[in-house]
Amino acid sequence: MSEWKKICLVTDIPVLGARRVARPQGIDVAVFRNDQDGVFALLDRCPHKGGPLSQGIVFGTSVACPLHNWTIGLADGCAKAPDEGCTPKFSVHVQAGVVHLDATELATLALDQRAVVAGPAGKEPVTAVTA
Amino acid sequence: MGMHVKKQKLVMVGNGMAGVRTLEELLKIAPDLYDITVFGAEPHPNYNRILLSPVLAGEQTLDEIILNSWDWYSDKHVTLHAGKKVVEVDRIKRVVRAVDPEGGVTEVAYDRLLMCTGSTPFILPVPGKDLKGVIAYRDIADTNEMIDTATKYKNAVVIGGGLLGLEAANGLMLRGMDVTVVHVQSTLMERQLDSVAGKLLQKSLEARGLKFLMGAQTQELTGNDEGRVKSIQFKDGTELATDLVVMAVGIRPNTQLAEAMRLHCNKGIVVSDTLQTITDARIYSVGECAAHRGIAYGLVAPLFEQAKVAANHLAQYGIGRYVGSLTSTKLKVTGIDLFSAGDFMGGEGAEEIVMSDPFGGVYKKLVIKDDKLIGACLYGDTVDGSYYFKLLRDGRSVVDIRDKLMFGESNIGDVGHEGHSKAASMPDSAEVCGCNGVNKGTICKAIKEKGLFTLDEVRKHTKASASCGSCTGLVEQILMATAGGDYSATPKLKAMCSCTDHGHQAVRDAIRDNKLLTISSVYKFMEWRTPNGCASCRPAVNYYVTSSWPKEARDDPQSRFINERSHANIQKDGTYSVIPRMWGGETTASELRRIADVVDKYKIPTVKVTGGQRIDLLGVKKEDLVNVWKDIGMPSGHAYAKALRTVKTCVGSEWCRMGTQDSTQMGKDLERAMWRMYGPHKVKFAVSGCPRNCAEAGIKDVGIIGVDSGWEMYIAGNGGIKTEVAHFFVKVKTPAEVLEYTGAFCELYRQEGWYLERTVHFVNRVGLDYVKKKILEDHEGRKALWERLQFALDGEPDPWFDFKEAEVDTRQFEKLPAL
Repeated sequence: MSEWKKICLVTDIPVLGARRVARPQGIDVAVFRNDQDGVFALLDRCPHKGGPLSQGIVFGTSVACPLHNWTIGLADGCAKAPDEGCTPKFSVHVQAGVVHLDATELATLALDQRAVVAGPAGKEPVTAVTA
Repeated sequence: MGMHVKKQKLVMVGNGMAGVRTLEELLKIAPDLYDITVFGAEPHPNYNRILLSPVLAGEQTLDEIILNSWDWYSDKHVTLHAGKKVVEVDRIKRVVRAVDPEGGVTEVAYDRLLMCTGSTPFILPVPGKDLKGVIAYRDIADTNEMIDTATKYKNAVVIGGGLLGLEAANGLMLRGMDVTVVHVQSTLMERQLDSVAGKLLQKSLEARGLKFLMGAQTQELTGNDEGRVKSIQFKDGTELATDLVVMAVGIRPNTQLAEAMRLHCNKGIVVSDTLQTITDARIYSVGECAAHRGIAYGLVAPLFEQAKVAANHLAQYGIGRYVGSLTSTKLKVTGIDLFSAGDFMGGEGAEEIVMSDPFGGVYKKLVIKDDKLIGACLYGDTVDGSYYFKLLRDGRSVVDIRDKLMFGESNIGDVGHEGHSKAASMPDSAEVCGCNGVNKGTICKAIKEKGLFTLDEVRKHTKASASCGSCTGLVEQILMATAGGDYSATPKLKAMCSCTDHGHQAVRDAIRDNKLLTISSVYKFMEWRTPNGCASCRPAVNYYVTSSWPKEARDDPQSRFINERSHANIQKDGTYSVIPRMWGGETTASELRRIADVVDKYKIPTVKVTGGQRIDLLGVKKEDLVNVWKDIGMPSGHAYAKALRTVKTCVGSEWCRMGTQDSTQMGKDLERAMWRMYGPHKVKFAVSGCPRNCAEAGIKDVGIIGVDSGWEMYIAGNGGIKTEVAHFFVKVKTPAEVLEYTGAFCELYRQEGWYLERTVHFVNRVGLDYVKKKILEDHEGRKALWERLQFALDGEPDPWFDFKEAEVDTRQFEKLPAL
């Protein structure tokens, strides 16, 4: 039996927008709302180069990744052809206008996925070229 | 118990490229709608007819040019009757009847019929045309016969000096035959090339070993005792011995069956914009056999556009119309680059610009009429073909670029692919697209393995040329060399995106003329196909409504790209960068102190000075943005927005011993007057205090250069992918005039520019003369534009502080906890 964890109200998510859900461990989960009040949850990480999907433009039942404009299906987390790849999806349960996510999934799903590192922290030390 | 719904029956007559493409498109969107049956007269699955010439030349094998294998048909549950020719269609009973070579009859009923009978070669009606060794050049059987003949005989004659004839001649020559091309006209490929280019082509083909008989009219073919051709006789009485005659004098839409079915034919099977025959709505026709608005297209790209529309209609989506294509010819004959488009012959009232270097093997001719480019013919160097084609299609005035038109687009600052202009000479490992890191080998592989034919498809699959587009010419060359033939046909009108058939101009016009104030009202009014657009059209439409109706239309933050929604620039790790505004690039100790404190407090990893004389803080967490803005206490720099970014200035007369004008003050005044100004794309200004131009004003959207007697204004420069030097626009006397002229130009761009079009592209599209007319000649109009901009900007909020007024949804900055 899965335990549903209360996250927010549907109305806490902008129409055709998203919110980020922080987890104790692992990359955030993005919860999306379309214009039909459908709510979807995906790992907040594009299968292409790790862009935060929560920051993309939502249309129909898709989101466009903010980094390189890949189109990702909200229902399955998969890139629209000809691009290839999927991001993990999370189960969503909406009851009486309240959005719930699965506690087990939140605690265990996609913990192995690494966040993208930028800036000086992500740099290889430069080694001098020796003749 | 599930109800068994009987599928409708779709029968396709003809198993060629356009037809099978239609099926592929149909199966993508409605895989289970039809039981599909295909009849093909040839005993082969669908193959790439364009690549028969490389097969003949021994460069490829038949297996390599198969587009859909036998397995494809069975996997998709498409019944293929290959080698069975349809001889009759009963439109009353809706039955197709075909016969096979053994005389067996196959009958299949249909609900929808797709006629893709293609075209047939035209055979000269001369005595001897039925002799052995006299063939056309159209299919695999012809190709095989030529290959076979080349092993047994020596001499060949090809009748026809068009593309097909030259390819056949070249192939036969490479197979060891002694080949003469017989052409009735005085120059080769007269439909694609003018006489100069045609003669250059002939010369270079002669150098490779082909022989030519020009202006020769065929009278008769004579045969030997075995009924095989032995010579060709001409009207002037001369004669040439030969063992093979290939007729390549043209093709005609194959309408024999359609006419027998009593479908209306006129230069092809006449179809509507939905590709339905006008006689019978159950019957569709695409490809070379179909006549759409009087034209039967023979190039792949338009046929594939037709396929898409027909499939859409067959899938009962009922959306999408085919409205015709403009085509260009870019041909590859034995390694010689040719391009032609439009009316390249010129004639009455047309002017020509010609560049001729016969020793270098380069010839270019541009034909201009009424100040517009109406035709182009390029030989030897075709890299600018797509540029000319675009000018041709857009129909813009070329008066202002006439002096450099001949040198094409690639002559100025074309970066990202090491200056290559000839794809053929690039190794597979060479990078073609510097934006997306795509090399030549990757593109070739994708074209071959995924069966790509058009530039759009290559862009979608490989991303090559999909970002800045500066390598488009190279990608087209690779496409041509790999997939063969043509690809560069384009719809006459470019739709904004796949959500609509309307172009940017039509959408802008409708918003203005009908006072549409919201995105949804635009979508409804213009009958958008999608409920809430896509990531491409929604930001554009949001910009159009807000810029057309300032103070009335409401901005929709969910229709803005993330940078404009969060008012900071997203970085590759999902953090943001913050660039505060520094008027004219001047700052103070207190500002710098606050910036330094913020860097420490929020542990911001990188601080960088930008090219526009501002300070960039990189790696700010989204949760920290609001506090970072507050602590810095400086206005938004809009470095994230399609808006006025920076006004770069030099020191100017206040300090500089060379300075003639106070450029820093002018820059500050411009920036204060126009900050918060959103546009179709980002806007950058610069002000220099003397002609030494230390602020680099020559590559900005608006560049102002102070001279002793006033200010010079330059517009539509660009320092990006294509470095474009700004055009001199006007010289004015006072700072007030600088503000007015700059503001008026910006407002014109804001009102008439297309979304994501920089000022350089906008001015290129409408022409510098048009901008001059609107701003320099029309004094009332200029003042009105400037006033309108001031009205639009008056009281506009600073999005870093006035969240409510700027429609900033602050919920985005907080994460929801999953406790």
